[in-house]
Amino acid sequence: MIMKLNPDLFLFRRTRELERKIDRFYDNLSESAIVFRLAVRAYLKQGWTEEFQERLERVSQLESANDNLRREIESELYEHTLIPDSRGDVLGLIENSDQVISEFESTLWAFANERPEIPDAFRSGFRKLTNMVVKAADELGLGARAFFRSPQDVPAYNHKVMLYEKEADVISTTLKRAIFASEDLALCGKLHLKEFVEYIDSIADTAEDVADRLAIYAIKRLV
Amino acid sequence: MDPMLLIFLSSGMFLGWALGANDAANVFGTAVGTRMVRWRTAAIICSVFVILGAVISGAGASGTLGKLGAISAMPGAFMTALAAGLAVYFMTRSGLPVSTSQAIVGAIIGWNLFAGQPTDLGVFSKIVGTWVICPLLSAVIAVILYKAMRTTGERLRLHLLTVDALTRTALIVAGAFGAYSLGANNIANVVGVFIPARPFPDIEVGGFVIDSAQQLFFLGGVAIAVGVFTYSRGVMMTVGGTLGRLSAPKALVAVVAQAIVLFLFASKGLESWLMAQGLPTIPLVPVSSSQAVVGAIVGISLLQGLAGIRWGVLGRIVIGWVATPVVAGIICFLGLFFLQNVFGLAVT
Repeated sequence: MIMKLNPDLFLFRRTRELERKIDRFYDNLSESAIVFRLAVRAYLKQGWTEEFQERLERVSQLESANDNLRREIESELYEHTLIPDSRGDVLGLIENSDQVISEFESTLWAFANERPEIPDAFRSGFRKLTNMVVKAADELGLGARAFFRSPQDVPAYNHKVMLYEKEADVISTTLKRAIFASEDLALCGKLHLKEFVEYIDSIADTAEDVADRLAIYAIKRLV
Repeated sequence: MDPMLLIFLSSGMFLGWALGANDAANVFGTAVGTRMVRWRTAAIICSVFVILGAVISGAGASGTLGKLGAISAMPGAFMTALAAGLAVYFMTRSGLPVSTSQAIVGAIIGWNLFAGQPTDLGVFSKIVGTWVICPLLSAVIAVILYKAMRTTGERLRLHLLTVDALTRTALIVAGAFGAYSLGANNIANVVGVFIPARPFPDIEVGGFVIDSAQQLFFLGGVAIAVGVFTYSRGVMMTVGGTLGRLSAPKALVAVVAQAIVLFLFASKGLESWLMAQGLPTIPLVPVSSSQAVVGAIVGISLLQGLAGIRWGVLGRIVIGWVATPVVAGIICFLGLFFLQNVFGLAVT
């Protein structure tokens, strides 16, 4: 009789469960990036709508789910003294990645609360900036997943994070210049829009900061 | 039982205790030091497998020591083991890394010199040769294992946590193998000198005859186990610091390489298999588990360039290498003189 061994039945059940939690954490990060993009698009099209609100609520759910996952991962790593060599790095990576999803949420809340008026002329710039920021966050998620399974692949993902972050900086600078060059907006309107450009752009900055740390963590695993 | 027998055996038990206290750290130190394995788990596995290794496979390396110097009188054997134990103690106190294998060989030569017995130079050079080969072989095995493990790891793309869980399990299995090999190879150091004197009558249990040597191996194994339980904890916790912190996978490679080397120099089964294939055999000689571990760590460090090697520590190891047998030989010679002339005991 051929018996199929189920790895979950054996020693590694706890390990597999924890791996699933880490995977779910990064699934939530990439989902929140997609939903964030859809929410900003919806806002740019029609301003605050039911659809935007639903997307915002979804990002909020994902953010709190990730907070819980982060706490569970942290306590399990410490309680069972797992990965003693890399525990600090893994916790640092997860805490910093959590920062990215928090910024997605807080930016959408700012849209919901402040409801900025975005003139047609700047909508394409906002769309491009959002796309670039989301790409940076996506690549960060892929890089973080690679850290756990193939740290040698991390630099390739990090390189893309850097590129998208730089591109986001270029777009945000161009957008801010265009905003302040506009003759149709009052200064307070310009300042308000500038703030939103910075909200969105800062997500790519955070992704880059996390990628910088990730590069060190990956090197430590490879040495 | 003759109470004098217990007194004479006490020096061997002391040596066994010292071996358990120090060398168990070579097997489980890195695993316990990095908190990958609990100390209690390590101590239990280590004790059981040291005793099994000693009783099942201890005869091979003991035979070679017997050829170096067949000490037939118990007082002589007592002094030889005591001299080795004291050499280990003094060298440890001086902060020099020490090998019980080298101490006992030095002490036996001390006995040979005192008794006017010629030292078999063929056996002696075979033993000294293995001292050089042991760390080198360990380094080569460690490099091969480490490269193989890395390549496999990269191909399989295992999750960091799976690697952690596998490493923990492997450290326990490798530790058990290491402890077995330590018992098989190093029991000769602990009770080898008492074997020619045949201090115990044979015991028959359920059709099996347990001879004097096997009883000695068991006693020696128990002494090592006592050393593990009473003193090895501190040594295990600090062993990592001596040579620099090792990552868990590197620690695993070091333990496996050391276990393989000790096993190669102890296995009669392998020797007869090699003979049957017409291949050159590996001498069955007690080698130093510390030097095997150091060899393995240096091998892995060399993969990352010379910068990873702590030359100061290596230098001290080389000094210990030369000093240990000399100190043990001198102590043994002086001790035998004392036993014979002050207590009037026949030591040869």
